[in-house]
Formats: sequence, structure tokens, C-alpha cells
Amino acid sequence: MAPPTARGPRPPARPPQRAGQPGRGGVGPWAPQRGGRAAERGAARRGGARRAMAAAATTAAGRARRGTPMFSQKELTSKKRDEFEDILEERRLSSDLRYAMKCYTPVIYKGLSPCKPNAIKSVVLQSEQVQYVIKQLAKEMGESPDIIQEEAVEILDEMGHSMQLGTVRFFAFTLSKIFKQLFQRVCVNEEGMQRLQHAIQEHPVVLLPSHRSYVDFLMLSYLLYTYDLALPVIAAGIDFLGMKIVGELLRRAGAFFMRRSFGGNRLYWAVFAEYVKTMLRNGYAPIEFFLEGTRSRTAKTLTPKFGLLSIVMEPFFKREVFDTYLVPISISYERILEESLYAYELLGVPKPKESTSGLLKARRILSDNFGTIHIYVGQPVSLRTLASGRINLCPYNLVPRHLPQKPTEDIQEFVSDVAYKMELLQIENMVLSPWVLVAAVLLQNLPAMDFELLIEKTVWLKGLTQTFGGFIEWPDNLCAKKAVMSGLTLHSNIARLINGHVVLNDKGVEDGAVGEIVFKRALVILMCSTYRNQLLNVFVRPSLVALALQMTRSFRKEEVYSSFSFLRDVFSDEFIFFPGISLKDFEEGCFLLTKCDAIQTTQQEIYPTDKGSVVVSFLSAMFRPFVEGYQLIFRYLSKETKEAFTEKQFIPGVRNYVFQLLEKGTTQCYEALSSDMQKNALAALVQLGAVKKKKMSNGFSYSVNQEAIHKILDVFDARTPVQKPVAARL
Amino acid sequence: MAAAAEEAAGSGGGSPASARRRLRIISGHLRGSPRAAGQEALSPSPCKAQGGSAGPAAGSIPKKRQEILKWNGWGYNDSKFIFNKKGQAEFTGKRYRLGGMVLPTFKEWIERTFGASLEHKTTSRASLNVNDVPPSIVNEEFLQDLRATKISYSQDAEDRVFRAHGHCLHEIFVLREGMFKRIPDIVVWPVCHEDVVKIVELACKHNLCIIPFGGGTSVSSALECPEEEKRTIVSLDTSQMNRILWIDEKNLTACVEAGIIGQDLEKQLSESGFCTGHEPDSMEFSSLGGWVATRASGMKKNIYGNIEDLVIHIKMVTPRGIVEKNCQVPRMSTGPDIHHFIMGSEGILGVVTEVTIKIRPLPEYQKYGSVVFPNFERGVACLREVAKQRCAPASIRLVDNAQFQFGHALKPQVASIFTSFLDGLKKFYITKFKGFDPNVLCVATLLFEGDREKVLQHEKQVYDIATKFGGLAAGEDNGQRGYMLTFVIAYLRDLGLDYYVIGESFETSVPWDRVLDLCRNVKERIVRECKEKGVQFAPFSTCRVTQTYDAGACVYFYFAFNYRGISDPIHVYEEIERAAREEILANGGSLSHHHGVGKLRKRWMKESISDVGLGMLRSVKEYVDPNNIFGNKNLL
Repeated sequence: MAPPTARGPRPPARPPQRAGQPGRGGVGPWAPQRGGRAAERGAARRGGARRAMAAAATTAAGRARRGTPMFSQKELTSKKRDEFEDILEERRLSSDLRYAMKCYTPVIYKGLSPCKPNAIKSVVLQSEQVQYVIKQLAKEMGESPDIIQEEAVEILDEMGHSMQLGTVRFFAFTLSKIFKQLFQRVCVNEEGMQRLQHAIQEHPVVLLPSHRSYVDFLMLSYLLYTYDLALPVIAAGIDFLGMKIVGELLRRAGAFFMRRSFGGNRLYWAVFAEYVKTMLRNGYAPIEFFLEGTRSRTAKTLTPKFGLLSIVMEPFFKREVFDTYLVPISISYERILEESLYAYELLGVPKPKESTSGLLKARRILSDNFGTIHIYVGQPVSLRTLASGRINLCPYNLVPRHLPQKPTEDIQEFVSDVAYKMELLQIENMVLSPWVLVAAVLLQNLPAMDFELLIEKTVWLKGLTQTFGGFIEWPDNLCAKKAVMSGLTLHSNIARLINGHVVLNDKGVEDGAVGEIVFKRALVILMCSTYRNQLLNVFVRPSLVALALQMTRSFRKEEVYSSFSFLRDVFSDEFIFFPGISLKDFEEGCFLLTKCDAIQTTQQEIYPTDKGSVVVSFLSAMFRPFVEGYQLIFRYLSKETKEAFTEKQFIPGVRNYVFQLLEKGTTQCYEALSSDMQKNALAALVQLGAVKKKKMSNGFSYSVNQEAIHKILDVFDARTPVQKPVAARL
Repeated sequence: MAAAAEEAAGSGGGSPASARRRLRIISGHLRGSPRAAGQEALSPSPCKAQGGSAGPAAGSIPKKRQEILKWNGWGYNDSKFIFNKKGQAEFTGKRYRLGGMVLPTFKEWIERTFGASLEHKTTSRASLNVNDVPPSIVNEEFLQDLRATKISYSQDAEDRVFRAHGHCLHEIFVLREGMFKRIPDIVVWPVCHEDVVKIVELACKHNLCIIPFGGGTSVSSALECPEEEKRTIVSLDTSQMNRILWIDEKNLTACVEAGIIGQDLEKQLSESGFCTGHEPDSMEFSSLGGWVATRASGMKKNIYGNIEDLVIHIKMVTPRGIVEKNCQVPRMSTGPDIHHFIMGSEGILGVVTEVTIKIRPLPEYQKYGSVVFPNFERGVACLREVAKQRCAPASIRLVDNAQFQFGHALKPQVASIFTSFLDGLKKFYITKFKGFDPNVLCVATLLFEGDREKVLQHEKQVYDIATKFGGLAAGEDNGQRGYMLTFVIAYLRDLGLDYYVIGESFETSVPWDRVLDLCRNVKERIVRECKEKGVQFAPFSTCRVTQTYDAGACVYFYFAFNYRGISDPIHVYEEIERAAREEILANGGSLSHHHGVGKLRKRWMKESISDVGLGMLRSVKEYVDPNNIFGNKNLL
């Protein structure tokens, strides 16, 4: 059977210049003066149009500060996305060896010649920034600067990449083989690659991919190699160095390694920051890192980490570079390689340490099929455009630029805003497979569901998702039944079709102890939810409105908004919300619900329509596991008697608590077993002030404010109305 | 001319008097007796001895400025760039070294750089239309009082329009194609300090607005009349207060009336064997009082200092009275220096009437020079090193590649085959043998001054440093041409305006470590803004480092573009210039190094000197001029 998701004949490639773009009068008076290639000229022209658009956006955004989000709902729904190309197709037709040995001459930043990894290291070491910190530390500790310099050299050696073309070619060859084994297709939006090509020549580029799998690591390098673009240097966790040969191989493929936490170590911080900034300033290779900091075990986007982002933004703040491009990249997997590992991990079975032998053992998955990968390279976002009119650079003018300087509050806020914006852009372009819809439907109809009904519901959900701006890869000519079937085939470890019914594949549940049954069921549910989760960030705003409607049992807009706001705060670590724009989010949720006729709004009121109740109840059911899960976790904490506890004590405690409830059958909320949800709930409580977080010598300790937790629980149970937030002009 | 003579006679003076005076000075120096010089210093100025026997010295610029200066452009009427019948560029007149020469490659450069074409020409109005000029509204009582003082004045439209503007692009554009909404109602020509006192008193009595006018070379909209000003605006033209009152050879100072223009000051001092050494690019036209009022900077400040280093004593007439110090000393510790309220006050506090300025013996020897660097980065590094070793020559300037090519385009036709052969050889040596990329290299121009021996020694030191940074000596001639161009370059804008090209220069000062970033970012910002604003052709955006200091440098930008296809070029231009200024500030540059703030850059004053700082200036203004007599609205 041909892969059911295969598309028909490929649509003709789009002409490079879209109609309606402001032309620049053919002859190209803007052609670079130094006389470059035709490609450069094209870049300039296209760049002009793009910048004009970006500028229009900025002038709007620049006017109000935080008030207007850098992210608007209009873009969300009316956005037209690029076409995909399968890069494996060519690999299947021609020699991998020749591909690996091909002539590789990437275009580079403003004609700079690539700089040898060792040269970078010595530049970093000699830099005023690092030398300053070395001298400071030497003075403070009364040691000779040479010793500290030695230390810096060691840090650099541990950290630095040593990209070699040979290794790159080795990976090009082996990854071709492996990818062809594992995946049906690796699809890329070629227009995105073209945009990236132009961006790389213009300004330093930072690639910001989503992180769902280890495959992400080399996928982008592989892609850029294929398209003859400069290979990125990739920030990787130091744990990879634990893997013998593999760590070194990664290093030679362009990975550089950062320790997981180094807040206290000033020398490390200085060397690391300068290393990254030197690579950025020289612009000879794009820098790649994961905003989420780690692989998301749940396929939901994790809240961003700001450290590296603020480092790569600093050269622009200090005007050492004219601009920096941030490129959001969405990598979506039809089936995630580590899906079962993740489920185990979420349930508390420790993640196997990164090791070469572990990797070799994992080779059996090579025989499995993991469907299609979609890589969507987003529009490069100009940092200058984002910053225009927003930040006061005066502090940077008053201190020599090589001195380490704590970012001001408005800079921190800006970095955070940019981080969220980039994640939202990632989410926007995540490709959703039909299976994602199936999983969402299935999880609301456990334990078994009629196949025909499943198809019908899936098609219905497809429409809804598209209304909400979700990006579904579902070829026009593919019939629903085939799409659902192919999803089931690919994910037969999760669900199966038996006698016209679709059931979860929880083999071995029938026999065994109660505990084991619960565990196995939890495993498969968590795996399945990983796919549903991919929908959540598209659905979260309208769904929270729906939930708020149910919670308030009133149609008054203000009250619904209060509940919405409450839920948004509670779930602020669970889903990605642009900071500080609760009202906008609410309006967007209402707008989308109105668009699918689920609600009607008047000046003061919001009420569900008759036919809208299906949508509203579906949406709230979709988020029910989170509502219930959080309630369970909060309830556990409300029974917490210990004065203070650590996260290491909290997670097993709450897990046991939920486990017992599941065994007793008093709850069906298996997802509350997920350590991810447990951590997020705890973080939310910290933010809401119901739990106090204190820094101890060995990590953090938490203590519960019982009264506050009970209050929150009461709101959830709708026993008390939400304390009215400032319902600013609804 | 007759009218001028009449007016001059009216003010009770004449060239004979001034000639006599100059003779006296010269003869005094000829006698060379220090005693005589001392006496000279003590003798009171003739104007003070009432009776009106003394008049202004004959300056290079007449009272009717329009007689020799362009009414709608820069500089002298007889000096301008034109395209001759063969379509070659040519510079007319005999005032400059470039005068009468043909510039064979210039046309091609213009076409290539701006996409301009000789076929697309704009036409300025040929002359001022007197009917467009806002009427002069002056109250009769004031006129009567004014007549009683015997101070020369004019309500003539041309005179008034000439003093309604400086040389910002938009001002010249208005002259060519429109008319100012508000111009001075009357022009007065005081000839001495006492006249100014009388005028200020009258202005206070009749509640008028005074706008002091010196050389009219402002590039900060400082001379523009505030449109909303309802009172009579009096343009106080200081040009007739142009005498050197005395020269003190013992202390090497000279007391000079503030209206004297740079070239006259130097010419007259040189007759006594002295100079001030203060040479701003506008020195042919700008006045001593103007330098003080804007905190001017001269090309040769490395030897002679900027205006704040040169000034020993200032006398200023304000509505509160006269402000001056009681002695003429090199330095004093008497609280904040009141000179610093005056320098840079841009005409909002009063009129500077007399300045005692440091003078130096004329240098024995002058030598130009130039160095080619492989790229701008190396050039800046070299300048930084020169500054560090504190061995900067009288002037050292570094132009970027675009400006180097521009200078190249202004090369006159070579006289002989031999010179052209030499040029070719030089070019071959630098580009082929030394491997400099002609599209990347940049040039520093140098000017040494002093004792012959010291100059040669100094020269060697500087060239040695340059060699360390990859620099190659490129000859005296290139250096001299570079400096000549700074005077001529201002004329180019008028040519550009005829062919849809508008442009302007602006400057800043910046710490050394940010020079390169600032230059790159500002140029890039200009290019980017032009694109966004729909400018059809890439702009000419170039910079040069014109001054070096211990802690930083002064950077000068030239920016011009072809505005065909844009409906409101001045607005577009202003937006781009504003963006460029914002970029400068974001890069750690200053609001201005020496052009001043005027009305053009007022919006950034608060950001530049903080709220409190601005308040300090405001309170000075409020005390000195509570009724805002000096109401040009600059600075604050």
C-alpha cells in the first residue's frame, strides 16, 4: 500500500516574486555596489519587500509597548503557508555517497570567510570580556591570572565545537541511511529555506527550532547541508559528552556544549557568553539552540528559557551588530521516536543516561516506521524590528561594553516577550497530522469507539482545527477513512481496530495486578495524549473560554473573563501565553468561538448557541484532564502536612496519591500521573503565591500556604466565584 | 553698491576709518616695540568714544550679502559646479584651487552613484519673488527710537529673507521652491557693543523678539523664525561688528568684535604675524560670535583647540544686562564657568559682542600628507593609536571608501601625460602590488604645522604608526586636495538639487571603541530607511572620522539620494535623518559634536542631558531673559 498520506502531483513551484510585492523597478538600482551574484541581488529585492512589511508591523507595534502583543490573532487565521518538499525523495533515487561527497560551498555572511574553530577559541580567550573577568577573579581569590586563564582554556575546550567537513559528510551519509529507514518523508518548506539563505547573508542568524526529539539535533544541520547553506553551531547539553564517541562526533558536526546550570560560576558564564557572542558577531555560522531548553516529553511546547536568548540578543543591544535574525523553526513528527521512553519517564521510570551503548541498543527501532517529519522554517524575525521603540539603550552607553552588566528590567521583559513570541510562531507552524485529531477524539471516548463514528468526529474536528488556525497536513484528495486508517497503522502500538471498534492497545492489561494494570493503561494514555497535546496550543484560548463559561454558570462577560483569567494564570506553565495580554487572549478565544458559531456575544454577555454546545463541550472535555489533574494535585498539596518539601519528595508523593485514587477507581484522570503536569502545577502555585519557593543549598524547597490552596480549589469547584480581576474595558 | 555705500555712510563710518585703523595695527607691529603693543592694548575702542567716527572694517562679505553670496544656495555667486557644453563637470570662479577646472569623471560618478541623469533637471526659481515675502510688521514707535540711535537698519524683503534661514536642506529647498512662513521683520546692523546694548534695551522696551545673525551658516534650523512668533522679529546682524579691537602680544590674545568672519579674522591677524588657528569648514562665512554660540570646533583643534579652549573672555549683552568676567586669565575657579552658559547658548540668552581669543604666531611651515589603508577598520585603529600617543598632527581625517571614490571623481583633468602616467603607476602599486582592494581601501589626510624640523620629525612619527596598521603614504597632493574639497563640497549640494539629488551632512562624537560599530550601523540604517521609504536608488551614505581625542572621535556623515519618484522628498529626507540620529544615539554617539542643537535636534535634548540638566538650562534662560526677547526657540 502506498503511504496513504502521499500527495498527488506536486503543485508547481511558486514564482520567486509574488504578485503584489512592491517591485523595485526591474533594473535593480539597489543592486549591491560591490557587484555580487544574482542571488544576492534577489536577496536584496526580496529583503526590501519583507522589510517594508516588517516595518509596517513595527510601527503598529512600536506605538504601544506591552499593551499590544507582538503576536496578533489576525495573522493566526488568515495566514497562508508555504508548500512542502520531500528531501528524502531525492535520497531514495540517487547515491548517498555521492551526496555526502558533493561539492559543498555554502553562501556566507557578507562574504566573510569561515573561521577555524580554534581561531574562535583564541579570540574568545583574548577578548576584553573574558580577560576582564579573569582579572577580577584573580584579584578576588588572590590567585595568579594564569591559573584562572588555564581554567578558562579548559572550559573552552570542554565547550567548543570543532566542526569538520569530514564529520559533516560522515553524518550526511549515515543520516541519509538512517532517515530513509525511519521516516517515510522529511518535508521542508523550500520558500523558508530560500528566506533563510537570504537572511544568512544579511545579518547574523539564530535558528530556534522546537524540540521534540533527539532527531532535532542533527536534522537542521542535515537540512542546511542539503540546501548548501552554512551549517549551524548547536548548543547541546553537556550530558552528550557522557556518550563516548558520539559526543565527539557531535562536536565535530558543530555542537558546542553547555553545562546545565552555571549561574554561580562567573568564569564559566563569561567564557560561554563570549563564545556564543563571538560566533554570532562574526556571523560565519548560524547559531542554533532550543528555546525550550530540553526535549518536550509531552509534545506540548515548554515555557521558554531566557539565558541563551538574552546572550544572543546582547550584541544587538550593544550595537555590535546591526541586526540579528531570529528564525522560528517548527519540527513536527508524525510519530515521535522516543514516544514510549517519554511515557515511562513521565511516569517516573528514570530516563536512561545518554550513552553510546544505549544508542546502539536503540538501533532496533530502525525496523520501525515513524511516518513523516515536517520542518517549517518560519519567516526570519528581525530583532531590530522587534526592539524598535521598545527599549532604552542608555544603560549600555554608559558602561564599557566589555563589562558584564545585568540586564535592566525592561530588557529582561523584552527578552521574555521575544522568547514567547518565537515559541508562538513555532506553534503556529507546527504541522498536525490526521492522527493528532484521531488521538484527541479517541481520548474523549475511552475505552472503545465505533470506527465510523471516529472518522466522522475526526473530520468534524479537522474543520474546527482549521477554523482555529491549525496547520493540518491532510491532502485534499485523501479520503477520511484512509487518513484515519493510516494513522492507526502507524500508531498500532497505541490503538487498534478490532471488530469495527477502535480500542487502546493496552495488551496485557487484563491479567496482572491492579497496580500493573493502572500503570500500563497510564502508559498508553500518556502516549496517546502526546499526540492530542499537539492540538492544545491551537485550542487553548477558545477552550479556556468554554471552560470559563461552564465554570461561571453565568453569561456576564466580566465574570466569564474573570474565570478565563484565572484559568490562564493557573495554566500559565502548561500552555504558551504571551505575557500580560490576558484580555487579548480572551478576545481571541471569543472571536474563534464566534467564528465557528459556538457562542454569541453582545456588549455584556456571552452565551453558547444551541448548536454550539457540541463545540463547547468538546473543547472543555479536551482540557478536562488538565482541570481534573490540577485539582488532584492541588488536593494532594492541601493535605500536605510537612513544613517544607523538595521537588524530589513532591513528585513521588503526588504520584502515589493519584495512583491510589486510580486503583480505587475514584478518578479516571491518568494524566495526573505525568510528572510534567505535576511540575507545572507546582510552578503555577508558586506564581499564584499559594506555594512558597525557597532557594536552599541543594536546590529549592517548597512550603504550602493552605488557605490559598483551598481558595483556588474552591474556585475550581465553582464554590466561590473568581476574585474579580481588573476587568479592563471588555 | 551705491545703496551699500549709502547705508555705510548712514551708520556714520567708512572704509577710510577702518583702513586707517588697520594701518595702525600693522605699523604697530612693524615697529615691533612691546611697549607700543601694550599701549595698543590699553587704548579704548573708538566706538566707545561716541561721536560715531569709527565704523566697521571692510570685511569680505558686504552688508548686502546677496551681492556676492547666493541667495538660494551655498557660498559665492561666482563659484559653483556646472555641466559645460560638452557635458563635463566644471567648477566656476577663481576663488578656489578647483576653479575653472574640468572634472572629467565626475558626471559618470554622479550617474553611477545616484542613478541621476543630466536629462532630468529641476529648476529653481531664478530670483526671489518679493511679493511672496511676508510683509514687514514693525511698530512706528520702535522705528522712531531706532532711528534716534542712528543704527543702520533695513526692512527690505531680500535682506530679511537672507536672514531667515541657515543652510539646512529644507531651508534651501524652501528658498528654491517656496517661501518661509515667518521671516524677520527688520534687520539691524549694530557696529559696536554699545549699539547692541541699545538694541536690546529697545527690544525690551517694545517687547520685540531678537534673533542674532552672524554668518548664516547654521545647519540646525537655529535661524528659522518660530512661525508662531507674533511680536516683531528683529534680526540682529553682527556682521558690521568686525574689528580687531586690540592685540596683546605679551599674552598672545586678541580682543575681537564678535561679528568678524573667520577668513577676515585670520587675514587680519596674519598681517600682524598671528593666527587663531580656528578653522571650521565654514570659516569663509561663519563668525566668531557664531562659533561661541554653537561651541564650534576647528579642523586644526589638535594644535589650537576648540572654541572653548581658545576663548579667554566673552562679553555678552542680555536683557538682564551685560555678562562678563572681571579679568582675562587662563583659568579660574569661581564656581561653574559662566563661559559655559554662553558657549552653546545658540542665541537664546543674548548677543555675544566681544571675545578675547588666544592667538598664536603664524606657523613657519605647513605640510600636507595622506595615507592609504587597506580598509576602514585598520584606518580607525591607526587613528586611535595616533590619539593614544598624543601625536595627532594639526589635522588628521579618515574617509571611508565611498568618500575616497567620491574624492577621486572630483579629480581635475590631469595637465600632462607624465602626471597621468605617475597616477597610473601609483594606482598599480597600491592595488596590484600591495593588493589593496580599490573598493575597500580608505584614505587618511594629514596636515602638519609648526617648525620645519619638528614637522618633519612629527611626520615621520605619524607615518611610522600608519605603517604598523598597513598604511601606505600616498602623497602630499592627495592630502591637500582632500582639505580643499571640504570647502568645495558644500557647493555640491546645489548642483545635486538641480538633478533631483538631495543631501546633507551631520556629525557626532563617539568613544573610540564604538567608532566602527557606529559608522557601520548608521550607514546601514540610512540604506535601510531609504529602501523602506521608497527611495528608488540606493543612497550615497558615507562617513569620515574628522577629529581625534583622547577618549573618542568626531564622525561626520554625508548622506544623499536621488528623489525622483518621491512626492515629498524633504519629508522623506527628514525622516531618514531622524532615524540616522536615533541610530547614532543608540550606538553611544552624541547629539552633536559641533553643529549644535538648534530646533532640528531639540527633541533629543532631554534624553541627552537628562531632565534635571534641561531644567538647569531652563532656569538660566528664565533668569537672564524672562520675557523671551531672544525668542529663537533653540535648544530648550
